[in-house]
Amino acid sequence: MSKMRYSRRNLLKTGVAAAAASTLPAPMIWAQEIKDVTLRQFGTGVSNLNEVAAKVKEDLGFTLEMTALDSDSVTQRAATQPDSFDIADIEYWICKKVWPTGNLQAMDVSKIKNYDKIVGIFKSGKLTPESVIAQGTAPHTVGFVEGPDGKSFAAEETGWMTLIPTIYNADTLGIRPDLIGRPISNWSELLNPEFKGKASILDISSIGIMDMAMVCESMGEITYADKGNMTKEEIDKTIGIFTEAKKAGQFRAFWKSFDESVNLMASGEVVIQSMWSPAITAVKSRGIPCVYQPLEEGYRSWGGGIGLSKSLSGMELDAAYEYINWYLDGWVGGFLMRQGYYSAVPETSKNYMSENEWGYWFEGKEAVEPIANPFGDVMAQAGEVRDGGSFYDRMGAVACWNAVMDENQYMVRKWNEFIAA
Amino acid sequence: MTRSVIGWVQAAPLALVLAGFLVAPIVMIVIVSFWGATEFSIYPAFQFDNYAFLFGSEVVWRVIGATFKYAAITWALTLVIGFTVAYYLAFHIRSQTVQIALFLVCTIPFWTSNIIRMISWIPFLGRNGIANSALIDWGVIDAPLEWLLYSDFSVILAFVHLYTLFMVVPIFNTMMRIDRSLIEAARDGGASGLQILRHVIIPLTKPGIMIGTIFVVTLVMGDFVTVRFMSGSQRANVGRLISNDIGLLQYPSAAATAVVLLATVLIVIGILLRFVNIRKEL
Repeated sequence: MSKMRYSRRNLLKTGVAAAAASTLPAPMIWAQEIKDVTLRQFGTGVSNLNEVAAKVKEDLGFTLEMTALDSDSVTQRAATQPDSFDIADIEYWICKKVWPTGNLQAMDVSKIKNYDKIVGIFKSGKLTPESVIAQGTAPHTVGFVEGPDGKSFAAEETGWMTLIPTIYNADTLGIRPDLIGRPISNWSELLNPEFKGKASILDISSIGIMDMAMVCESMGEITYADKGNMTKEEIDKTIGIFTEAKKAGQFRAFWKSFDESVNLMASGEVVIQSMWSPAITAVKSRGIPCVYQPLEEGYRSWGGGIGLSKSLSGMELDAAYEYINWYLDGWVGGFLMRQGYYSAVPETSKNYMSENEWGYWFEGKEAVEPIANPFGDVMAQAGEVRDGGSFYDRMGAVACWNAVMDENQYMVRKWNEFIAA
Repeated sequence: MTRSVIGWVQAAPLALVLAGFLVAPIVMIVIVSFWGATEFSIYPAFQFDNYAFLFGSEVVWRVIGATFKYAAITWALTLVIGFTVAYYLAFHIRSQTVQIALFLVCTIPFWTSNIIRMISWIPFLGRNGIANSALIDWGVIDAPLEWLLYSDFSVILAFVHLYTLFMVVPIFNTMMRIDRSLIEAARDGGASGLQILRHVIIPLTKPGIMIGTIFVVTLVMGDFVTVRFMSGSQRANVGRLISNDIGLLQYPSAAATAVVLLATVLIVIGILLRFVNIRKEL
């Protein structure tokens, strides 16, 4: 790194800086000043990883400061403190809430080198041309605006993106196959009295309500017009069913943090619960069998992306675009995919993964040798196959996206009652 | 300077600190409790929505009931344990060195944090925890006891474990101040041990009991962490309602709940103070 800076210093005098910075993308000819740039990124913990900040410093030369918060705090900060961040790493449903405040600026896709390679989910909404678009806040519905100052979301691709997609996955229920001892294939099993006192659900309203909806629909109790935008009656009925189950002692505990879900599962307190992909692998890495069970009704999916603060301009803005291009260039993608997430541009990530890793994580093939995550923990042994199969099997079976509803505030109050009931 | 001016000056620092860090925040909370909230911001208003929702919800009433239940049961248990420990320390240990040593032993658990002492119960009480496996090994039970963890039992157990010392200390303190000749006089007058306890020691220990009671009741009523972790979010008290509201960015609703909790605790303390004149003791 220091070598490169020397050559840059020799090549460039300050006057060239502005001209050079505008000819994107080319980190090599950046001005000396770029090392003084600091971009402040905040978001939910999943992709706010120190390894990414370190690699940015190494590859691009500028400093990326990261702050990890829970999703409610992220929403609040993005909505109320636009000057406290440069880059917001948020989920698409948060974008739906925050975009109308005008605190984020739309991004010009012509500056995004790998735009064409971004998977269809984030552009047309369709993974493959035959795909059916799932319910909820699907990323493409809040992914575009009409122009640089657009306030309302556009129905199709416009060339101005709200968030550049970075990370996404398909969530389902986690189970302990050794303690259940029979196949599980429906969401309704979460409320099956067989698992009385051994079930759990997450206590994060915006995600938990979607899991609840998947369960209620699977039970045949409720048919939603749109799970991602329930009416008050639907909310009452959904939470009513779960409150009844709670009073009957169905749940052992609720969890709020990742570690809690891991401990509940690993200790055997809970045998079936809503869970996140890396939590499954954390349980497995303790030598305890745990399956991220694919279910007939499909997955509840979520996606995140990075958005730029309205106040970002000049060299900082150029640095931010450079960062986005770097993000989609594959290193981060490979880093995330080796933890079980998906990258928005899978084909570039492939360059940073071994054939074995790519086969296991993306193509759903048997691992030919042990699979390790980027931190060195072994996630799967040779011969194992990823739960749910390939990328197209998993992302093709998404039933709904994490969502924010019109009746969100009513839902939040009802949720609070459910937790206190 | 006159005496009264000097008096005012002397009282000023404490008055200012209390005004800035106690009175002002409470006034703020009361004001915000009438405000309205959108999904991610709060706006000034004067509306009773928050209180209406609070008192209109059957769940909230049950939660308030649970708060009192936890406070009452924890109080009774900590009182019995705390009084017994203090009594033993004060009247059965003759040597002052041993007394101080044993008193320090009581405080050892406080060398680690509240949270750690609480969380450490979880692996002990769990379905496959130490308690259940020991009981099964001894043949006392055939299947693990589910109610050991994530239940009212575990919540109250943790409360008693965390807060008994707050009962021991003030009771021990008042007991040490009891004039021993009073006990000798009672014995000379023919009183039995039980009579001495009932007619001499308990009445003289009342201020200590009351101080301990205030500690325990306010701590238990305001707690939310213990309830959250020891019940696995399956039970709730008023503190949990407030922390849920804050987590969901509903600050005005949280403020309204806080005002109700504050009023409730103040009423409880007011009632307690009717029974005993604590000032006499301080």
